[in-house]
Amino acid sequence: MLNRKTKHLLGQTVFHIIVILLGFLMLYPILWMISNSFKTNAEIFGSSSLIPKSLSLEHYIRGWKFNNTITFTTFFKNSFYYTILATFGAVIASSLVAYGFARVPFRGRSFWYACMFLTMMIPYQVVMVPQFIIFHKIGWINSFKPLIIPQFAGLPFFIFLMVQFIRQIPYELDDSAKIDGCNRFMIFSRILFPLIKPAVITSTIFSFYWRWDDFLGPLLFLNKPRLFTVSLALRMFSDPQTSTDWSAIFAMGTLSLLPVLIIFLIFQKYIVQGLATTGLKG
Amino acid sequence: MKQLTSRRRSFLDDLSGYAFISPWLLGFIAFSIIPILFSLYYSFTEYDILGDPTFNGLENFRRMLGDELFWQSLKVTFFYAFVSVPLRLLFAFFVAMLFNRGTRAIRMYQAIYYVPSLVGGSIAIAVMWRRLFMADGALNAALAKIGIVTDISWIGNPSTAIWTLILLAAWQFGSSMLIFLAGLRQIPRELYEAASIDGANPFKKFTHITVPQITPVIFFNLVMQLINGFTVFTQAFVVSGGSGDPLNSTLVYALYLYQRAFKYYDMGYGSALAWVLVLIIGIMTGVVFKTSSTWVFYEAKEGK
Repeated sequence: MLNRKTKHLLGQTVFHIIVILLGFLMLYPILWMISNSFKTNAEIFGSSSLIPKSLSLEHYIRGWKFNNTITFTTFFKNSFYYTILATFGAVIASSLVAYGFARVPFRGRSFWYACMFLTMMIPYQVVMVPQFIIFHKIGWINSFKPLIIPQFAGLPFFIFLMVQFIRQIPYELDDSAKIDGCNRFMIFSRILFPLIKPAVITSTIFSFYWRWDDFLGPLLFLNKPRLFTVSLALRMFSDPQTSTDWSAIFAMGTLSLLPVLIIFLIFQKYIVQGLATTGLKG
Repeated sequence: MKQLTSRRRSFLDDLSGYAFISPWLLGFIAFSIIPILFSLYYSFTEYDILGDPTFNGLENFRRMLGDELFWQSLKVTFFYAFVSVPLRLLFAFFVAMLFNRGTRAIRMYQAIYYVPSLVGGSIAIAVMWRRLFMADGALNAALAKIGIVTDISWIGNPSTAIWTLILLAAWQFGSSMLIFLAGLRQIPRELYEAASIDGANPFKKFTHITVPQITPVIFFNLVMQLINGFTVFTQAFVVSGGSGDPLNSTLVYALYLYQRAFKYYDMGYGSALAWVLVLIIGIMTGVVFKTSSTWVFYEAKEGK
């Protein structure tokens, strides 16, 4: 008979072994991609191995050159330009709007807040066609305007997250600031904005991720290779019509994940927090 | 809402309120309301973007009834959403239960299991997924190692291709897992303690406390993810090479809509397809809400 302590220890060990094995399986496709970025095309063929024969960076160099007229320097620049500007717009606008909804008792507030929730339920496919036509008519196609400017309206998801946050902050803070002679904008920018920093950071991270990974938007609005974002370039790279240079694709694919992974390592806490607030309360 | 009544409304409040929400309000009008109205109008027209839209009544909707690809895309999308979303939530719930304990290593495990959700939306992953399931990909190589030799291309075979997309979606259960874990941790400990005193076994505790307490969270995520499942585009686009092949087995609805609107410039029909999508999502959400009372347990609210 096992005593209680050994039984517990055995249970713990089994638990850790299962979780680690499953975790390895979860990460395997990503590790396989990274390892393939160091393998030659012949080596990738029919291989499930995670260990490349050599560790040369030649596929990275070849991949970066893309088609020799345009390089990944352009694509990364475009991606960062779009992502950073759009994220800045989305987060600043969302915080302003969230303050309005959470703190200012204006007429029609509940109505507009409900409208905002309704837009979350409407699939992008509905507005996609007319947006394309409108942007086409005003000459915005093949520029970053159709991708960036709508972000400056704020995102319902972020607005909701920030409203939840502001509602937890006591009104006394606003009132005392008012007595000190602050107007609403000063209350927002000096008192509340610093206090909702966790929600702002969470929104910034998610916005960065979504813009960085965005594919449909660039696919619709950017047709010139010199405007391509990294996602679009990767997709063109793997065009089934041409013979595919998989090593180079995997090298550039690995690079494209780097910003995402680095941000995750630094800001993990905020991501978990953001998911929990928005996923739990609805 | 209590503060709302106790605080006097004034003209100044109206002014500053609208000033604060103006970015959203202007965007809402310019990028949602106006396009939605246009879309509704286009759905009753024939429009190839070069000429002017010509009104053709219900012709687009009549056309759908006889459009085999429309029915095919509906079939594919329903299958995809109704298999991948429950599968993902099931994984998420199972792993969350597993992780709902106080071991120090849990934080690291959580992070590892979350990584697929983190990178899953990227094109790099979709491209890699395509390579993984090719005839000479890693899956067949791994199968060969354990003695199952096959040269099936999981991507190229009409009966397996959709499963690679479902697997890609299910693989990303990490964010749902984190949400469920947060939900599990919110269940008051006293409930379990009280049950222990009453002599309930772990299974009873699970069915009588954990499940009822967590169902609202599962329900909310089910609805939201089903909606997202119906509009899946990027993964299907990349994994199938933009075509929905083989034999249209991965032609999801959003992909078909994209093809009609932006490959054939069939803008009127594309808009009509979009409104059918709205209808489907609306009905689905309605059905889930209507039936929710039978399986979702909400805590009795105070004062009700």
